[in-house]
Amino acid sequence: MSLRIASSPHQHSKRNTGSLMRLVCYCTLPGFAAQLWFFGWGTLFQFIIAVAVALGTEAAILELRKKDFEKALSDCSALLTALLLALCLPPLTPWWITALGAFFAIGIAKQLYGGLGHNLFNPAMVAYVILLVSFPVAMTSWLPPQQLMQQGYGLLDSLSLIFTGYSNEGYSLNQLRSGADGFTMATPLDSVKTDIDLGLTVEEAMAKPQFHEGTGVGWFWINLAYLAGGLVLLKAKVINWHIPLSMLLAVSVTAGFLHLMSPDLYASPWFHLFSGGTMLGAFFIATDPVSASTTNLGRLIFGASIGFWVVIIRTYGGYPDAVAFAVVLMNMSVPLIDYYTRPRTYGHKARR
Amino acid sequence: MQSLIEKIRQGKFSDFPGGVHPPQRKTLSNQTPIAKLPLPQRLYVTIKQHIGVEGHLEVRPGDMVLKGQPLTKSMNPFAVPVHAPTSGEVTTIAPHVSAHPSGLAEMTIEIRPDGKDEWIALAPLQDYQNQPKLKVIERICHAGISGMGGAGFPTHIKVSPKKNVEFLVVNGVECEPYISSDDRLMREHAWQIRQGIDVITHLLNPKHVLIAIEDNKPEALHAMQVACQENPDYVVCSIPTKYPAGGEKQLIQVLTGREVPNGGLPIDVGIMMQNVGTCFAIADAIFTGKPLIQRVVTLSGECFDKPGNVWALLGTPVSHLLQQGQYQPKRQRSRQLIMGGPMMGFNLVSDQVPVVKITNCILAPTEREMVQADEEQPCIRCSACADACPASLLPQQIFWHAKAKELDKAGEYNLFDCIECGACAYVCPSQIPLVHYYRVAKAEIRLQEEEKHQADKARERFEARKLRLEQEKAEREEKHRQAAEARRKALEQQESTTGNKVSAAVARAKARQQTQAAKEETPASDKVAAAVARAKARKARQEQESTSRDKVEPGEESKQDKVASAIARAKAKKAKQENASTAPDQAESPTGEQQTKASAGLNQTRESGAEPSEKQPAGDMAPSKDTKAARVAAAVARAKARKAAADQDKDQKLSPAPESASPTVALEVDEEKKQRVAAAIARAKAKKRVGVSSTDKQQDKSKS
Ligand code: SF4
Ligand code: SF4
Repeated sequence: MSLRIASSPHQHSKRNTGSLMRLVCYCTLPGFAAQLWFFGWGTLFQFIIAVAVALGTEAAILELRKKDFEKALSDCSALLTALLLALCLPPLTPWWITALGAFFAIGIAKQLYGGLGHNLFNPAMVAYVILLVSFPVAMTSWLPPQQLMQQGYGLLDSLSLIFTGYSNEGYSLNQLRSGADGFTMATPLDSVKTDIDLGLTVEEAMAKPQFHEGTGVGWFWINLAYLAGGLVLLKAKVINWHIPLSMLLAVSVTAGFLHLMSPDLYASPWFHLFSGGTMLGAFFIATDPVSASTTNLGRLIFGASIGFWVVIIRTYGGYPDAVAFAVVLMNMSVPLIDYYTRPRTYGHKARR
Repeated sequence: MQSLIEKIRQGKFSDFPGGVHPPQRKTLSNQTPIAKLPLPQRLYVTIKQHIGVEGHLEVRPGDMVLKGQPLTKSMNPFAVPVHAPTSGEVTTIAPHVSAHPSGLAEMTIEIRPDGKDEWIALAPLQDYQNQPKLKVIERICHAGISGMGGAGFPTHIKVSPKKNVEFLVVNGVECEPYISSDDRLMREHAWQIRQGIDVITHLLNPKHVLIAIEDNKPEALHAMQVACQENPDYVVCSIPTKYPAGGEKQLIQVLTGREVPNGGLPIDVGIMMQNVGTCFAIADAIFTGKPLIQRVVTLSGECFDKPGNVWALLGTPVSHLLQQGQYQPKRQRSRQLIMGGPMMGFNLVSDQVPVVKITNCILAPTEREMVQADEEQPCIRCSACADACPASLLPQQIFWHAKAKELDKAGEYNLFDCIECGACAYVCPSQIPLVHYYRVAKAEIRLQEEEKHQADKARERFEARKLRLEQEKAEREEKHRQAAEARRKALEQQESTTGNKVSAAVARAKARQQTQAAKEETPASDKVAAAVARAKARKARQEQESTSRDKVEPGEESKQDKVASAIARAKAKKAKQENASTAPDQAESPTGEQQTKASAGLNQTRESGAEPSEKQPAGDMAPSKDTKAARVAAAVARAKARKAAADQDKDQKLSPAPESASPTVALEVDEEKKQRVAAAIARAKAKKRVGVSSTDKQQDKSKS
């Protein structure tokens, strides 16, 4: 009689990497939908392009490294990376920029470091930062929410804009971006920043049509949708509360502090919480297991630092949004944080 | 302190970090009473079923034994005897597959039951409260009781502690899924368990007695509450269900909020833990005089048509239990049997493995029940494992270092505080068999330490030997120098004697001349002068003779040298054959001097042997016996050389000496290492299997 020998434990929870990653993907859906609602179909195409390139790159590299890529692809980590990247890009970014980004994310930020689990940085954010630095104009060309636009643009318009740069009627992206008054409508974060630089107060800056009750039109709902998705992740115990909570708290505290110092110069915490990629960052990006801190205390420090940097970079930096920069910055400190925040082992005295 | 016990009484417990909630599946087996089994065909009683040393064998093959008769005797505090589980004949005493993850064969007494099940005369210990405690403890020892929760630590040692016990914790948590042996035991024999607790309480005098049971066992809780209601000092605690709440350290943390200090024992924080099964066995031993010969074993898993709990005689082969539980092997695609629970149990290598004192469960799951882990995927650093770890370790870091074979780093992350509960591997989404990595790493570290220890010892030996050799060499050189000196002197003397001869000849010539002259000139005075001259000449001759006798000695010496060199040649030849690497230079034509080298080479294993061979050249051997003696000496030398070589072989086997013999030894060690790693892993598994429902790990550390 031959008996099978395996190491204990013999029981295993049903959860595996693939199912975890897929769950994260599903939880982005509310935010994804909100983005489509406010900014048109562009994001969907970005997603498709990014996924195709990301999976292709991953498969090709794994093949080169003589690994079983079918199994590796089934862990869905490349899918998630591509999804996050697509969600961060302006919806009508030219296709080749997206493709380049997806290639960077998988090829360089992930596989070059040794593949899943070995990457120091969040691949999607590294790609985003590279793109932002390389193509600053394209990467900040967000259209105003459809609801504020004179000319709407449909599915085909988006497709055409992404692949040719012009809509079906022959408008360029820049022409579309021009608002009613002929001025380019920037994203709320961008707009507030430029206006403050021009000497306006926060209140005056927010008098523009793309603002509503202290946050950007559309952006508020998008962030709310990501928040909802994030709460599902928390409930499902896919992520821990430490990073999102500490990050959002730090955003509020830092922004609140600045706002209290000078309400005219600094936007309110409310504005920061519900603008740009705050919620997406807090629940879906900063919580990326591979590149985030792994101890509880470390996670608190990690999240709080990201929150802090987000506000600081948004306020003083050269780029409108800062989640990507903040995340990449903190990714670098993770080994250090982890080392110094090791938990006290049972029966051991507190260290030093 | 009052507040702590108050808190406990009110059911306010602390929590331990981490933990998991695997599906319980206890109802599969806990619905029916503990069943009695028919006798098996054969019983395999492993001689050593506890942590410590085995008892002294008391029976021989062919002996008839009665039920409860001791088969081994405790000769030492760490030995616990085993008893005949039924009456019958001892058929063989030989190695048999053991209840151990490795399945290594261990010395086992095989008994063929005679079917009469006839007890030996039993002598209960009357009125134990008025007996000296030592007697009670002795009784517990002789009943063969060792911890039944996991590690199998001898109970009599545990119940005679040096420190004061504040809390006696009776562990009925049974947090492993599937297992319900303690559950059923508490439901059906709560009263006897309480009697056992009474005995331990009498021995230890604890301030408080806590009986901890997970809240998923309401019937057992109720039964124990009823059994203990007369005694208000016994607090039955219903603790929240969470794996591994039954681990000794975790249970202590839940109940008291205290932590056993690193490297310490529960007694260091005033706590002593006993398993309910052990309490039951103690009551048996004291009140009925029955030794530990049976225990409750859970048969569970969906491959059993009749799952449930049974009273299994110790030594019952698992195959018998499978038969009784109506095991359906067809339901498993690849057959798999687990001894213990799904979290910490181990796979059996054979169904002939016998039940031992710590066997609490035989699990035969279907594939559907226990999903076989997929292939290991890369760690995504999600730290689900760290969140689940009850010891607050960072399993992913330990894994990382263990995999990279950075053992010191793994140790730095407190690898040795891992209780191998398996919670981390249970939750790991990448299906990494983390615990396996830890076991291997632990075994390797232990092996490394052992090797280092041995290498240290070998180095010490080597250095001491080197020193000794150097001293001996210096001594020898000194001797040679002296001998050379002596020879030189002798030579000088000889030369001077030659001078004497010349002068004697001159004197003789003179004397002759004088005689002649005297004859020619004055005979009378000449005669006188001639007499004087004769006398002189005689004297001179005498002198000459005495010197020439001196001269003989160098001659003898050269003969002896020959003998010595013959000996040396013989020795060198032998040594070269058997021990070429030890003294490579001895192979060249062995002269007197090299002979000493040869003996130096042999010297390393034989100190006394060197002496005679050195004495010989200096020696007092008679020249007439030269050839014979030389032969004798050569024979002696050969014998010695052979013995030396043999000795040395043995020596090399005993200790991997770093010098000459190292290549072969290193090979051997390499091979041995593998075996030892395997064995060590196996040992580690067994030791740590322990646990979770363990109450007996407590003094485990003091041993190791
Ligand atoms: S649970 Fe598994 S994948 Fe996650 S950090 Fe731990 S070892 Fe890595
Ligand atoms: S097996 Fe070790 S590392 Fe894993 S959870 Fe248990 S104690 Fe922690």
